[in-house]
Amino acid sequence: MEWLNAILQGTLLGGLYALFAAGLSLIFGVMRLVNIAHGDLIVLAAYLGLVISAGLGIHPLLALVLVVPAMAGIGYALQRGILNRTMGDDILPPLLVTFGLSVIIQNGLLMGFSADPQKLQAGALETASLSAGGLTIGVLPLLMFVTAVAVIAGLQWMFYRTALGRAFRATSDRQDVAQLMGLNRAHVFALAMALSLAVTGIAGVFLGIRTSFDPSIGGSRLIFGFEAVIIGGLGNLWGTLAGGVILGVAQAVGGQIHPSLQLLAGHLVFLLILAIRPRGLFPKMEG
Amino acid sequence: MRVTRSSSVSKAAMAVGLVVLLVLVAAPWWASRADLRLMGEIYLYVSLATLWNLLAGYAGLVSVGQQAYVGFGGYGFFALAMLAGVPVLVALPLAAVAGALVAVPVAMLIFRLRGAYFAIGTWVVAEVFRLVAAQTPALGGGSGASLPASIVKSLADSRDLREAMAYWLALGVMVLTVGTVFLILRSRRGLALTAIRDNELAARSLGIDIWRTKFFVYVVTAGLTALVGGLIFLQKLRISPDAAFSANDWTAFVIFIVVIGGIGTLEGPIIGTLLFFALRETMAEMGTIYLIALGVVAIAVMLKAPTGLWGVIRARTGAELFPLSRRVQGIGRPEG
Repeated sequence: MEWLNAILQGTLLGGLYALFAAGLSLIFGVMRLVNIAHGDLIVLAAYLGLVISAGLGIHPLLALVLVVPAMAGIGYALQRGILNRTMGDDILPPLLVTFGLSVIIQNGLLMGFSADPQKLQAGALETASLSAGGLTIGVLPLLMFVTAVAVIAGLQWMFYRTALGRAFRATSDRQDVAQLMGLNRAHVFALAMALSLAVTGIAGVFLGIRTSFDPSIGGSRLIFGFEAVIIGGLGNLWGTLAGGVILGVAQAVGGQIHPSLQLLAGHLVFLLILAIRPRGLFPKMEG
Repeated sequence: MRVTRSSSVSKAAMAVGLVVLLVLVAAPWWASRADLRLMGEIYLYVSLATLWNLLAGYAGLVSVGQQAYVGFGGYGFFALAMLAGVPVLVALPLAAVAGALVAVPVAMLIFRLRGAYFAIGTWVVAEVFRLVAAQTPALGGGSGASLPASIVKSLADSRDLREAMAYWLALGVMVLTVGTVFLILRSRRGLALTAIRDNELAARSLGIDIWRTKFFVYVVTAGLTALVGGLIFLQKLRISPDAAFSANDWTAFVIFIVVIGGIGTLEGPIIGTLLFFALRETMAEMGTIYLIALGVVAIAVMLKAPTGLWGVIRARTGAELFPLSRRVQGIGRPEG
């Protein structure tokens, strides 16, 4: 029973990892950009949630109303102001610039908030649970998982059913032709980054409610998100959700064997999948 | 008409370099203990930067996980010296060989990831190494281990001589890494690497085996990085998973050094390291602001002058300190 419980908790945790990964997957799909600062932006969103919920005295989930647009604005400005200048065939400039951003964000947060761990206080939500057949499900993990499914369904719908999604797909296929058809590439890229960081805003607030956080944890959040993307297969949003769940279950089962094995088990499952299925489980596009 | 690789500037630079090297070898007789330590640290950073530059600047393998090999070398050295009782001067090269060997399966795995995803893949590998080190009780687990005094004393009897030995080892490793990278770049393989750097598709169409060339560079770099790692922790006398696999110390600083100094040149990492330490010695008290400033400068350089400081100088003057590129002479003005 405790194993079944570990798998269940891991599955729900996978929802959070899918939220980490969805933004990463989106910008890679649209503009082949890998954002090394993604994890630090998740942590930045958690701190934004902290400042807003503590400053206005509101519930962290209500703070999302402000955090999500703020992150989207940061994303748009970041892409138009800096990242668009690095886009091209050479992968080095975007990698090094986002790497520099990662160091700047991390140390900026360190200066502003010190290295002390912080946490978002969500009151009764943190401990509420449902019981069924000997299994206990926390309301918060369940909410995270449902949110992840909803976010991915929403992104999927946006991608295949809206004008914006068509612009994304067109730019992804052929940037120059999309430009000729009247799409402004710089604007489309900035919208993709805005959307990516809007999802990051949700992920950051949930991260802050679930565990304590400090400025240094961004790197490992980036890695979890990245592993979920690669396990699921490039360019496949539902695959990313599956990748997040596989990673979450691997960590939970590893932690059940021995608490110190939790992180290692996740990484090893990722490397194993890389060894046997280098393109991930459900790939839709070439790396 | 003839083809030559040296120029009057590079001949002069090599001669000056030789004199400077001799003066540096004699440093234990003219420098203070603190200066010796600082210079030793500079040599190790020049080595790390030169190696990362070979990887990212020439082979296009942008790794953000080279701390995996710094830490592996450090832990390998500690394990050999502490647990197996291997003499210090044997344990260091053995740690380097072990680093190169472990890089073989790692490369086979992460070479499946392309471009930017390769970068994050290297980070995952570094995390795995760190977690494994933290799970190894014989080497102190999560809290780390200190090098026993008997091993430190085996290097030399007096403290002055020990400090001098550590300094010469660092200097020797720098000469070894810069020399190795220089020789690789001058060899047939170096020509292939430069071709890959300039245009991968064209290089492939000329029959260069890209995978094997990159694999060779990755493994050699890993071995030498492990050697530097062993030496770093011989000087620190203490190792812990967080220090050994620190992404900031062994990767972030190194990347900034190479980008600011000039990526894809042999001179860039050396100039970048000197600049980095000059800034650090004047701004060290500012702590995190220093790191932020470094990040801002690196981004500005990447956007405005992607070839870095040395790239700008070379474009203006055509100067090259290391005789690497070929020049045709006898038809008008020699070109750089």
